Amino acid sequence: MPAYRPPHISPSEITPKDIYLSRRSFIGAAAAAGFGLAAGGEAWAAPLSAAPGPYKLNEKLTPKEAVTTYNNFYEFGVNKEDPSQNSGAFKPTPWSVKVEGMVGKPKEFGLDEILKMKLEDRTYRMRCVEGWSMVIPWIGFPLSAILDQVEPLGSAKYVAFETVVRPEEMPGQGGLFQPLPWPYIEGLRMDEARHPLTILAVGLYGETLPNQNGAPIRLVVPWKYGFKSIKSIVKIKLVEEQPQTTWKNSNAREYGFYSNVNPAVDHPRWSQATEQRIGEGGFFGTKRVDTLPFNGYANEVASLYSGMDLKANY
Amino acid sequence: MASISAAIPALPRKYHAASIWALYVIGLCPAAWYFYQAATGGLGFNPVKEFEHLIGIWALRLIIATLAITPLRDLFGINWVRYRRALGLLAFYYVLMHFSVYLLLDLQLNFAAVGGDIARRPYITIGFAALLCLIPLAVTSNNWSIRKMGQGWIRLHKLIYLIAIGGAIHYVLAVKSVTSGPFAHIALIGILVAYRLIRRPLLNWKRGRRQPAQLAR
Repeated sequence: MPAYRPPHISPSEITPKDIYLSRRSFIGAAAAAGFGLAAGGEAWAAPLSAAPGPYKLNEKLTPKEAVTTYNNFYEFGVNKEDPSQNSGAFKPTPWSVKVEGMVGKPKEFGLDEILKMKLEDRTYRMRCVEGWSMVIPWIGFPLSAILDQVEPLGSAKYVAFETVVRPEEMPGQGGLFQPLPWPYIEGLRMDEARHPLTILAVGLYGETLPNQNGAPIRLVVPWKYGFKSIKSIVKIKLVEEQPQTTWKNSNAREYGFYSNVNPAVDHPRWSQATEQRIGEGGFFGTKRVDTLPFNGYANEVASLYSGMDLKANY
Repeated sequence: MASISAAIPALPRKYHAASIWALYVIGLCPAAWYFYQAATGGLGFNPVKEFEHLIGIWALRLIIATLAITPLRDLFGINWVRYRRALGLLAFYYVLMHFSVYLLLDLQLNFAAVGGDIARRPYITIGFAALLCLIPLAVTSNNWSIRKMGQGWIRLHKLIYLIAIGGAIHYVLAVKSVTSGPFAHIALIGILVAYRLIRRPLLNWKRGRRQPAQLAR
């Protein structure tokens, strides 16, 4: 596994002065969030506080309304507005995530325990395989923080993820013409999973995750197409062989295991050279930008794939 | 079956022309409504794609409607042939709008990208070919051409079956997974095109059944 050196950050950058000066209200809000959760699981969109993370992104954030109403989450329906409209009955609390497989100490993490992890702000670009993108201020923590706790065995080479199955709360999982088999499954190579950019997100825009964005806990792998970032995770399993993944199973010619964002490798049916920024430009004057290799995170992750043919391993 | 046609009151002849013009106006309403919605933020955060897709789906619906005219007459005795030209031209206008939105608002006149798409993306190649095939049909849709071309007109306008199949393939290839919406449209096109294969034998059989009854009279 290649050594990863995070960029050097000066202390002044870690906590902006305005946040530092308002630390008392910040602590107050954090306490309030704690009480809110303790009071009962119903009030889910609770404020969530986090420390600034190590990655800076000087790009305009996608408006919150766009981030929370333009979604692909087929468990709630295949149209972009379906997840926000059909996820009202979904109950993200109580919740737990089983971490098992080739580990020394398998463990089931309760949501309260997950929310006590050292949360960070992580503003990332998100590039969908369909050719659109967003800039989203996530709140989360490195996946490696959880992996460390379960003590992976040396034989564990991959990490497999699984989304919850609840047809009674997720209308897209019931009825005729199911677009995909459930549960939705995804996977990463161990070095990808342990990369500091890879996070488990529990919030966005300063609040706990809305149901349509994968409440209460989801993966975010910013250099891969969005479908790799599996939502509403209930199981994480460390395995020896490359795990099955939903979209590859559904159409292996079009969706690979790696699915790294790559403008040089087109989807068989459409170009991946450019992307449309959602929420900018409107009807007359759509904003199209060039897609970057590894979604702009090449400096951080390109070394993971050195010597690999990225055209063959799409 | 004749009872179905009898159940629908026949429109007096003097209203025929007006009803055709009304169809043009009604037919353009979805496009106008979606355009208004897209321009005022009613189509969500990706209004161009949404508008493009809605117009494309309506183009398919209008093609389905033109294909339905003949079986309606054959099987149910409902004669709406007078509306077929309007439906066909409306379909052409929608396909043209669908392509214009893609060219102007989606790719913003990036002709290199448009050319690349048409050359390399099978679903766009097929869609564009269908648009090109619709042009001669639209141009020869007037009475003068029908009279002038005779049998050639009928042969030329059989192109609509190819266009309909092309439209269905274009739709299947453009979506990530075929759900109930796409399936319904594609199935209708499949059934209506397949009907043309069994139409002759079916009509002969129907005529054959009528014959003895006439003899008995």
